Amino acid sequence: MSGVAITGVGMHPFGRFDGVSTTDMGVAAVRAALREAGVGKGGFQAAFCGTAYGGVATGHKVLSRLGMTGMPIVDVEAGCASGGAALMLAAAAIRAGQYDTVVVFGTEKMPKGIIRSSFFEPWQEQAGLAATPAFFGLRAQRLCLASGVTKDHLARVVVKNRRHGKANPDAMYQKETTVEEVLASRVVCEPLHLFMLCSPNEGAAALVLRRADLPSPSVNVTPIPVTLAAAVLRSHIPGPVLSESTPLAGLSHDEVPAPTTLAATDAYEEAGVGPSDLDVVECQDTDAARELLSCEELGLCEPGGSAALLSSGATALGGRLPVNPSGGLLSKGEPLGASALGQVVELVRQLRGECGPRQVEGARVALSHTVGRGANAGVVILKR
Amino acid sequence: MRVMVRDGLFTDAEEPALLGSQCAACGSVHFPRAEACTYCATEDPDPVELSGSGTLWAWTAVTAPPPGYQGEVPYGVGVVELPEGVRVITRLTESDPGALAAGQPMALRVVTLHRDDDGNDVVTYAFAPAPS
Repeated sequence: MSGVAITGVGMHPFGRFDGVSTTDMGVAAVRAALREAGVGKGGFQAAFCGTAYGGVATGHKVLSRLGMTGMPIVDVEAGCASGGAALMLAAAAIRAGQYDTVVVFGTEKMPKGIIRSSFFEPWQEQAGLAATPAFFGLRAQRLCLASGVTKDHLARVVVKNRRHGKANPDAMYQKETTVEEVLASRVVCEPLHLFMLCSPNEGAAALVLRRADLPSPSVNVTPIPVTLAAAVLRSHIPGPVLSESTPLAGLSHDEVPAPTTLAATDAYEEAGVGPSDLDVVECQDTDAARELLSCEELGLCEPGGSAALLSSGATALGGRLPVNPSGGLLSKGEPLGASALGQVVELVRQLRGECGPRQVEGARVALSHTVGRGANAGVVILKR
Repeated sequence: MRVMVRDGLFTDAEEPALLGSQCAACGSVHFPRAEACTYCATEDPDPVELSGSGTLWAWTAVTAPPPGYQGEVPYGVGVVELPEGVRVITRLTESDPGALAAGQPMALRVVTLHRDDDGNDVVTYAFAPAPS
């Protein structure tokens, strides 16, 4: 089995861009990644594109614009983990010896407002049981009850991530906020206030993957090599009523592991590392409580320990294990098909030491995590 | 006329009930009725009516109308734990989260969502605070 290296990354910033199409953003990200990897027409044998709202043949439209088609192009939808699913497929194909070089990208323009998901049946919408923020609110409340998390902790997650995002030119919000400002924003679904929820938005991210034992085709541009040590996608095991699978009922006990935990356990084993080996993490922070829950489900702290982890300062830049140094989805916004790969782009740049004021010094092992509808959970581990 | 938001979810009676199913092999209870057990995949679980009384496990309120919803806001949404060993996602009749507490007794009701284009009242299941 071959190892997999990431030899090029590219981004279209996350935000709202009127007049810029899903294809336009994908083209910008893929072009940047190919340039960095020194790969041109004929230089890759397959492409995987993550998108949830892009429509038919999104990947084909992007690569057609670049004049690079003929290879298999696969569009992948896995909700918030779409990019993670595309990455898993691409990495597995390289490991199996099917391809030497593969392009993976995600591009998205989300509808504005509360996301309307075709996942729900019409009766659930009519009954008011398809309100996505309500599920976030219920999950947040259970975290508060189970882990001693307070609204103040939730606000401080937002403050932390927005401080990180201030130094990220690809983020939608590059302005700091305060606990008072977060708590003064309107309540969307208790205990979540507006500023505690990420904005669905637009953007694109791209990677070039290559068999690690092959020399790079680029002469002088290839930066510090980064290895893809694990790329895992898992769906849910039924039981938890507030699972991202959004069932209408579940079991009256909490013994069934969350999809994030399933994916993380597999990824740690595949990469031969544990949570204590990590230097930097980008995790799903769709809402402020989701970041804390992600920390628990990924094993970054004991179950129930996320409030203490936050309060210790460990997850802020300069701490023991910075979480979401990019600013997270709370700063960047969430374009579903691009969000997972946006995390991976950030972590590749962190491992190369390219992140300037938001750099995690000496980072060598990094983890990316996305989870959402399906349920789908993706965990990626990178090493330099 | 009263029409259910979807047939087969609940009984529209004085003492309403949610329509679930129970697996003959593993004993797990499902809502809505399942064609195969959610937990062990055994086919054709037995139809059962679930208890109309439970306890509150989680709750919030929706403050802005979500896509496809024509009823009033705010409205309560929560999770009620039933004695059969299931937790059910449900509307709540109480839309002020501050008026509710963990573990309080709840009882099943049928409530009107909105009037449809044919003049029918569209009804669904909801849980209401019950005297302890």
